[in-house]
Amino acid sequence: MFAPFMLHAWLVATMVAIVGGAVGFFVVARRAAFAAHALPLGAFPGAAVASLLGVNELFGLALFSGVGVIAITQLQRGERREVASALWLALALAVGVLLLSLSGAYAQSLYGLLFGEVLGISRAQVLGVALLSALALALLALLARPLLLESLSGDLAAAAFGRARSLEGAFLLIVALSTAMAVPVVGALLVFSLMVGPASGARAYTDRPWRALLLSVLLSLAVVWSALALTYLTDGPVGFFVGALSAVCYVAGRRRSLRAGAGS
Amino acid sequence: MSGTAALSVEGACVALGGRSVLREVTFGLEPGEFCALIGSNGSGKTTLLRAILGFLPLAAGRIRLNGVVGAPGPIGYVPQKIALDPALPLRARDVVTLGLDGARLGLSWPSKARRIEVDRMLRAVGADGFAEQRIGLLSGGQQQRVLVAHALVRRPKLLLLDEPLANLDVRSSAEIVALLRRLSREYGAAVLLSAHDMNPLLSAMDRIVYLANGAAVAGRPEEVVRTEVLSSLYGYHVDVVRVHGRVVVVAAEAGEQIHEAVARDPVHTASVP
Ligand SMILES: Nc1ncnc2c1ncn2[C@@H]1O[C@H](COP(=O)(O)OP(=O)(O)O)[C@@H](O)[C@H]1O
Ligand SMILES: [Mg+2]
Repeated sequence: MFAPFMLHAWLVATMVAIVGGAVGFFVVARRAAFAAHALPLGAFPGAAVASLLGVNELFGLALFSGVGVIAITQLQRGERREVASALWLALALAVGVLLLSLSGAYAQSLYGLLFGEVLGISRAQVLGVALLSALALALLALLARPLLLESLSGDLAAAAFGRARSLEGAFLLIVALSTAMAVPVVGALLVFSLMVGPASGARAYTDRPWRALLLSVLLSLAVVWSALALTYLTDGPVGFFVGALSAVCYVAGRRRSLRAGAGS
Repeated sequence: MSGTAALSVEGACVALGGRSVLREVTFGLEPGEFCALIGSNGSGKTTLLRAILGFLPLAAGRIRLNGVVGAPGPIGYVPQKIALDPALPLRARDVVTLGLDGARLGLSWPSKARRIEVDRMLRAVGADGFAEQRIGLLSGGQQQRVLVAHALVRRPKLLLLDEPLANLDVRSSAEIVALLRRLSREYGAAVLLSAHDMNPLLSAMDRIVYLANGAAVAGRPEEVVRTEVLSSLYGYHVDVVRVHGRVVVVAAEAGEQIHEAVARDPVHTASVP
């Protein structure tokens, strides 16, 4: 399980888990789960383009994620975030379908992008993920308190910032960075489960925001490490284990809040 | 109006969705003054407060804070409607802490000084009993107290509260008003508090801004809450009646349509059953 060819997988998975758990805390607090789904899935055509051109998939993913952030923030001026995310997703997937039909068959790499692939992660990919992780975490640390205040209330945040400017664009950028880098490992379809499951589970176990964030990171690590081990042992798809274990986190948190609600 | 007024609103006009909501609103507040913003539902109280915060653009006129246009220092704000998510892991204490440092960038370690400050504020608003509970699970009145603490903890020079008494019973209203009155004097903060009923504020207010039909009259309560002044604001005759220490504004001998407008919403400044 810790053979050299798995080393890259463990490294990348660990970084993906830490960033996913931390960013996921804000994704859940801001009710942005759908945007966290639309951004990576809408970015996967970018990876297809990149692999077609023979460049690092991360570039394509990052590029399409960036376009997704701009599209969603612009569309959001007149629409709710859910609608804006859906519009972007539809557009990006349409482009993806077109690219696929033009480029002919590469079903294998497409399968990996959608469902995740832990083997054959290159050194360049590890470095790319490390870079994006550092960037996402730095941005998150910089904006942690304003983002938390804005999750409480946009009006309170705007009054405190001294202007009616929201952090939505910066936040979506963080989500885009952290989901794009996770796509090759976890898969575009299930990345957002890692953002939603551990974070929503964590907040049922503590009333303190920063503890909930920390717990979310720990749960996320547990999910990803277990998923990787199970993948190695069973040869099943890693995306399945990530999705299923994330759902377990969510259900556990849900049960606990329901019980706490009934008990008080 | 002096250049050092905490707030000066000069001929402010606001249009929303192509409709003029506020016309030529003019008034000023000195540091430490307590001002009631009175008007019936839909008269434009929230609009005025949001224009002062810079959330809404002015169609004409200008608004200065501490003598400066468009560069507000910290403004304390308690919005009218705020839906707090019960699933958000945030205690009442955390909400007050965010009032202190929620706009700051970067991370910080827990600090004793900050904790003492937050504790003091929680006690001041009578929220120390539920400081450790999740904000989203508190009652409306409890949340209101915590939000007041959130707004006050940075000691802003201007505090805007949008119908903060709407959720409170009579006793809590009186407590909150007395508290705001005391803290505004202590910190030298000007307070602008909106309400549809002026009665809980009678003893506290230094000034009043009375909104009707998109226009405003402002001044000291005894100058504004008068039959002639309010009649001319409404554009038809209203009587200001004082009974049992309460003030009631009632329409009399108005044209049918105008009368209806008042009758539909009899609670202009006082609850008249
Ligand atoms: N976004 C908007 N577009 C158009 N009209 C609006 C908008 N927001 C408020 N209004 C109108 O402005 C008027 C004043 O509203 P508001 O300031 O909320 O009143 P109040 O707070 O005194 O109850 C109301 O008639 C309301 O219908
Ligand atoms: Mg209002």
